[in-house]
Amino acid sequence: MGSYKYSSRAKDKTTFFSEIGNIAVFSGRTLRYTFSFPFEFREFLKQCYAIGNLSLGLVAITGAIMGIVLTIQSRPVLSDFGAEAMLPQMVAVSIVREIGPVITALICAGKVGSGMGAELGSMKVTEQIDAMEVSATLPIKYLVVTRVLAATLMVPILVVFADALGLLGSWVGTNIKGSVNIVLFFSHAFSSLDFIDLVPALIKSFFFGAVIGLIGCYKGYTAGKGTESVGVAANSAVVLSSLLIIIVDLVAVQITDLML
Amino acid sequence: MNSSSAEIFTLHQSPQKNTESIIEINNLKISFGQQEVLKDVSFNLHKGENLVVLGKSGSGKSVLIKCITKLLQPDYGKITVLGEDVNSLEGKKLAELRKKIGFLFQSGALYDSMTVKENLEFPLSRMEQKFTKEEKYEKVISVLENVGLKDAVNKMPSELSGGMRKRIALARTLIVDPVIMLYDEPTTGLDPLTSREISKLINEVQQKYHTSSVIITHDMDCAKETGDRALILKDGTILAEGKLEELENSDDAWIKAFFGKT
Ligand SMILES: Nc1ncnc2c1ncn2[C@@H]1O[C@H](COP(=O)(O)OP(=O)(O)OP(=O)(O)O)[C@@H](O)[C@H]1O
Ligand SMILES: [Mg+2]
Repeated sequence: MGSYKYSSRAKDKTTFFSEIGNIAVFSGRTLRYTFSFPFEFREFLKQCYAIGNLSLGLVAITGAIMGIVLTIQSRPVLSDFGAEAMLPQMVAVSIVREIGPVITALICAGKVGSGMGAELGSMKVTEQIDAMEVSATLPIKYLVVTRVLAATLMVPILVVFADALGLLGSWVGTNIKGSVNIVLFFSHAFSSLDFIDLVPALIKSFFFGAVIGLIGCYKGYTAGKGTESVGVAANSAVVLSSLLIIIVDLVAVQITDLML
Repeated sequence: MNSSSAEIFTLHQSPQKNTESIIEINNLKISFGQQEVLKDVSFNLHKGENLVVLGKSGSGKSVLIKCITKLLQPDYGKITVLGEDVNSLEGKKLAELRKKIGFLFQSGALYDSMTVKENLEFPLSRMEQKFTKEEKYEKVISVLENVGLKDAVNKMPSELSGGMRKRIALARTLIVDPVIMLYDEPTTGLDPLTSREISKLINEVQQKYHTSSVIITHDMDCAKETGDRALILKDGTILAEGKLEELENSDDAWIKAFFGKT
């Protein structure tokens, strides 16, 4: 009989560096299958709807409250410098550049990332991913690519939404002391906003979305055996994607700074 | 030939002369960490045959059939399915082979975010052949009738009992008319009456579509009803193979104990 030796399977032990390597390999595979035919369009739409629908309310409330809080807290500082008139501009820049994208991304990491980790994790544990594979479907294409793309698309949309509600909240905040016409407020706010505020913020939001999708799917997809690994997958998806969002933000700020 | 073949005492020489082998497994070896689950397993599955695999819990039966579909990669050994070397297959070719194999998971593995109907339509939508909505629905209903669960078509898997889930999973595997069926404990958790119906269904599938099947089971009635040949897995090797009645009447102490004849 012929003898055939195969390379042994990936070892179970994970260290910090092997984890980074695995995530890189996983991301590479996801990217490769993103551009291969056929695209699972229905599943993609389903995921877009799920992500948007799931986080919309939460993002809206948080955005509005951040706007109000930021306005109330900035007012005394600005009035110390006699620059109270700058309030709309200042709040608009902080929300659009930083607070909107980061807070929205962190909320989505908690809501969407953990959901993906738990869903794929339980699919893995109950052999649903194996079942998909034997019915000649690539789980990475059907489950992972669709979710990562949906998150990459939906997070920036949610960010724009959060920005808008943040500004509205800021207007409410300014009206707590004194009254400002809403048209006047927004014309002030927008006058300070440049392309240079909007575009980098939107670009980084796409990356935040990709991070959330990739880490959520990676953690779920590589979940161990047994039901407790579902919880572990969901939990570590949130922790790792939140951390990565902050790191991506740091890098994005440096790059934007260099380009200006 | 492999070195351990002396340990395998073949009690019955099955009619191998002019039977075509659908699955050939040679010297299969697989381990998880330190644990050697399969040490040296070789056997053939002939065309149109129902092969029953027996063995204690944890003896590696599920691992064995997962290797056949490349869900697990063996450390050593060659697996040939329908003339193709499974371990060297990738991408499209692997997908094509998998479309010919029906795999009933021990846990059922129904997609719990989909309804029963969507679960059954999923493998259909993955086939080359395109079906219209009506054709799909017809197929779904007819296969559900086969497993006696026509009423469950719009239910979610979480609304079904364990036995019902198992039968839906069976329906999902049968819906694409596979050439090879791998059943992992098809009757576990079912009442005797339903078990007998499932055994009958397995035989019907075999006769109607000339399907070749590997049936893993702990249910002796099911094994007797469906099996043309049986093999016993122990300590990572095949302890014995032959007709079930012959195995039952074996003199080997361990086999006697296994069949409860101490
Ligand atoms: N993915 C895996 N990683 C590590 N160990 C595994 C894996 N799959 C199976 N095993 C081990 O392999 C052994 C055989 O498992 P397997 O599921 O094949 O048993 P089985 O014969 O099907 O048992 P049962 O009749 O209870 O289903 C077990 O000891 C199990 O712990
Ligand atoms: Mg098993």
